[in-house]
Amino acid sequence: MLRLLLAGLAILCACLTANAQETGLQPILQEHQEIIAKSSRKTIGPAIDAIASSGLPQAQVMLETWAAKNVWMRKSDGLFFAGQKAEGRSYELTDFDTGEVVGTFEKSDLKQLKPNSGVRAMIGTALVQFQLTDPSRAKRLAALRSIQRDPEGALLDPLRASIPDEPDADLKAQKQRLERLLTIGHDADTAARVAAIEEMSGDLGVDMRAALNPLVVTKRQAAEVLPDDANVAVVLEPGSDALPKDVAYDLLVARDFAAPQVSPEDIRAALAENIEGGRVGGIPVAQLNTDTARAQAYAALAAAGTVPALVTQADVDAALDAHVFFETYAEPSPEVTAAAAKALEAIELKVGLNQTLDLTLDAISLASIYFLAAIGLAITFGVMGVINMAHGEFIMMGAYTGYVVQQFIPDHTLSIIVAIPMAFAVTFAMGVAMERLVIRWLYARPLETLLATFGISIALQQLAKNVFGTQARPLTAPGWLDGAWVLNDVVSISYIRIAIFVLAMIFLGLFLYIMKRTRLGLEMRAVTQNPRMAGSMGINPGRVNMLTFGLGSGIAGIAGVAIGLFAKVTSDLGNDYIVQSFMTVVVGGVGNIWGALAGAGMIGFLQKGIEWMNPSNTLAAQTYMIIFIIIFIQFRPRGIIALKGRAAGD
Amino acid sequence: MERSFISKNPSVLVFLAILSLFTLSVTILSEGFGVGVISTSFVKTLGKTLCLCLIAVAMDLVWGFTGILSLGHFAFFGLGGYMIGMWLMYERTRLIVVDSLAQAEIPPTSAEVVDAIATQVFGVVGSSEFPLIWAFSHSLTLQLVLVVLVPGLLALIFGWLAFRSRVTGVYLSILTQAMTLALALYLFQNDSGLRGNNGLSGLQNLPGVTTSQDVVSIWFLWASALALGLGYMLAAWIVSGKFGSVIRGIRDNEARVRFLGYSVEVYKLAVFTLTACIAAIAGALYYPQAGIINPEEMAPIASIYLAVWVAIGGRGRLYGAVIGAAFVSLLSTWFTGGQAPDISLGFYTIKWVDWWQVLLGVTFVLVTLFAPQGIGGLFDLWTDRRHPDRHGANLGPDDGALREKEAME
Repeated sequence: MLRLLLAGLAILCACLTANAQETGLQPILQEHQEIIAKSSRKTIGPAIDAIASSGLPQAQVMLETWAAKNVWMRKSDGLFFAGQKAEGRSYELTDFDTGEVVGTFEKSDLKQLKPNSGVRAMIGTALVQFQLTDPSRAKRLAALRSIQRDPEGALLDPLRASIPDEPDADLKAQKQRLERLLTIGHDADTAARVAAIEEMSGDLGVDMRAALNPLVVTKRQAAEVLPDDANVAVVLEPGSDALPKDVAYDLLVARDFAAPQVSPEDIRAALAENIEGGRVGGIPVAQLNTDTARAQAYAALAAAGTVPALVTQADVDAALDAHVFFETYAEPSPEVTAAAAKALEAIELKVGLNQTLDLTLDAISLASIYFLAAIGLAITFGVMGVINMAHGEFIMMGAYTGYVVQQFIPDHTLSIIVAIPMAFAVTFAMGVAMERLVIRWLYARPLETLLATFGISIALQQLAKNVFGTQARPLTAPGWLDGAWVLNDVVSISYIRIAIFVLAMIFLGLFLYIMKRTRLGLEMRAVTQNPRMAGSMGINPGRVNMLTFGLGSGIAGIAGVAIGLFAKVTSDLGNDYIVQSFMTVVVGGVGNIWGALAGAGMIGFLQKGIEWMNPSNTLAAQTYMIIFIIIFIQFRPRGIIALKGRAAGD
Repeated sequence: MERSFISKNPSVLVFLAILSLFTLSVTILSEGFGVGVISTSFVKTLGKTLCLCLIAVAMDLVWGFTGILSLGHFAFFGLGGYMIGMWLMYERTRLIVVDSLAQAEIPPTSAEVVDAIATQVFGVVGSSEFPLIWAFSHSLTLQLVLVVLVPGLLALIFGWLAFRSRVTGVYLSILTQAMTLALALYLFQNDSGLRGNNGLSGLQNLPGVTTSQDVVSIWFLWASALALGLGYMLAAWIVSGKFGSVIRGIRDNEARVRFLGYSVEVYKLAVFTLTACIAAIAGALYYPQAGIINPEEMAPIASIYLAVWVAIGGRGRLYGAVIGAAFVSLLSTWFTGGQAPDISLGFYTIKWVDWWQVLLGVTFVLVTLFAPQGIGGLFDLWTDRRHPDRHGANLGPDDGALREKEAME
């Protein structure tokens, strides 16, 4: 920090002295008159540096004017001015130092400076140091962004100089961070770089890793002896896993240390070129359909000297033995590379921990989606034992209800608040109707319930397709659910997923309350355990079954609204969830809400875990998950949380 | 007294007679061998329908007779198709490749031929090497063995795992559905070795056969009819013997059969595996007529439709399954093909392409509710075989116990 202050002070002093001298910009420009007039990228460097480091306030104006191609040189005395187009072919010239108009001149007396894009880029870099101290906060921020995009060593000093005077605390922190990152990559002093690396080594930012990674980039090399001056990362043994023999030999070939191997295609091409009278090397062409015959023919050609000889395995081994293979860092200083490698290792560990956390959050959010989709099923299938293949279609109907409500209520927040009870009402009614008309006649025939509800499922799907069309309908989430909760560069979770998690928890509570604390829940449990006994206690089993089924269906409808918020609403939306929902209930254990929760948790974590191991392939993840579930059922056929005793029902 | 197989199953003779009559008349009416009234594409549709009837017979065996509602038999059907498809695709590509390489100056080595075939076949999924599962694809015999072996083995392993842990009823249905889904999802991947969602294509071209499709389609019709006839006889023979009595017993009350000392798991496993093999053979005959196979065909929904056919046709009787499969699949082709006339209601025109599924779904619910015997039940009216009208309670104490009507089957 002291160093920084000193550097800042030094530059401040330089500015003061420059101002005190009152020399102005023009003498500096004149000093480099020739190269400025030429404006070539190769030679312009010193001129720009001189202007930028002059410390004069007008230097910024001059550079900006120059980049905008508005600087003109008066041919008579070679002085530079800012030019403004006046009448006809004349230009009005302004002096940079005084800001006064010098006069109007014909174009023929002047020469325009036309910096090309390369020079303009250099001017832009020089300008950044002025923008860093610009009074406008937006400009300073833009300058910082431009440095972040394209970090350059030349910007380190101006950046440091700008830090002490930065009035904005947030920008100051950003500047300090950027200064550390630039120090790591570009400071001339090795000790300062190592210090910066060590200071930042716990940082999780992507920019930190971006600053460190170039330092540890290695390049594979081959030589006869290990060079002393290179910063060697590792010496490789040919034939090891890190460096297979073929790769090592190719490296030698690429450096002209060895002759290239002749591939089968090369042999074939060489043979084709050397057919003489239907024979190659004395062997008839028709017989060249085996590798041995081809090798023979090629050997004959090689003996005759028409083609290069085959490189044998012995040649390869000899060449490999004669050379050492190693990887060198592009960065020459071993202290820096060692520190960078160590810091990266520390960051890796921390990133790993954070990724685990992120994955856990993802898994929880997936689990809550499954739980939400399965909770209705946990009631109809789990409690009543009725298998409802149309459950997915209830989810779909809930989502479409949300869509329809949004057509009438444009305000997204309000429409969701209305859509949730609407979806419940629609699917509750649908569920009650289905129970009354179909399912109640099939209680004794569970397999046929499966088939009949499947028939309803395909009819409902096609109906939805006929009504809403095949294209996906949007169900837009309210604005306050957009965006994500960002903890750091690794861990983040979108608000919508948090909302779904909260919704799932609310439903869990609601379900528990209904089942354990209300009359309906008591009756439901009684009817589930023994309908006849419940009947003789004065409960109407038909009515209770109807309400239970309606409740399960209604919750599926609400789940549909939630799922529609992040998935596209199509008529086959339910298909994506039906098998997973059944799996959730079966794996968790039938007849128990905690089972469904455990099942959803297990499936969610499992799927995310498998996806993490094989991130490119979500299809494979699902496949392996289903296989795992099939095997899991072997060991716990009644699910994670199995009912015991009388409650189990058998 | 020991009665002959035919006298115990008069329906077999009738069925075989109708099947041969059908095959003969299609042959006479076809473009390849006869007067050309029936187009080749319709001959193919009929041939495919025969294959679907065969898998419906298998489904009836496993569901109607043994009581295992498998929602996975279309996976075996598809696997059978894939196995024969691998040979068809390999051999056909080989002929093309050998032809084109013969133009080169240097004759190709066998390794070069194989590489060129692999590039041709797997170019669409960005690979140029044969995966391990194609190891036998060069040999028709081996691949034909695999048609039965691969689905049979899968059914054996899956069935053994499922039945030994006593997974029954709807749980088993869901589990089989999960298996089908897992298999379909696996095959959808490009690196599954079976060309991902591109599937195998060009299967209608038999390698080395230059006869026109008009004739080839009739060959396949004959083969499918033969397979259906044999499959039907096998199924009839199985259900008419002691084995048949045991599996019907398992359907009606598994626990009682187990207490009688039968090894229920072995019986179920045997039926499950055998029907998987029959399904695979049906698939191997179906897909060369369809010309293309992709994982979409094996999606769980296909297996559920299979159950729908059998249920509509009438389960628990073999001819019911055949009638159901033929009737529903042909009707479905007719409706979805746009041939059915639209019905104008004045304010709305019912387009059958859009409404057929709704009709099917509703019909299915109605059949399940009111006519559990399906179309096959109509034959009972005709032969005047009625169930005695017995009043009474359930036969057992549980919800799952059978009511008198079912017990009479």
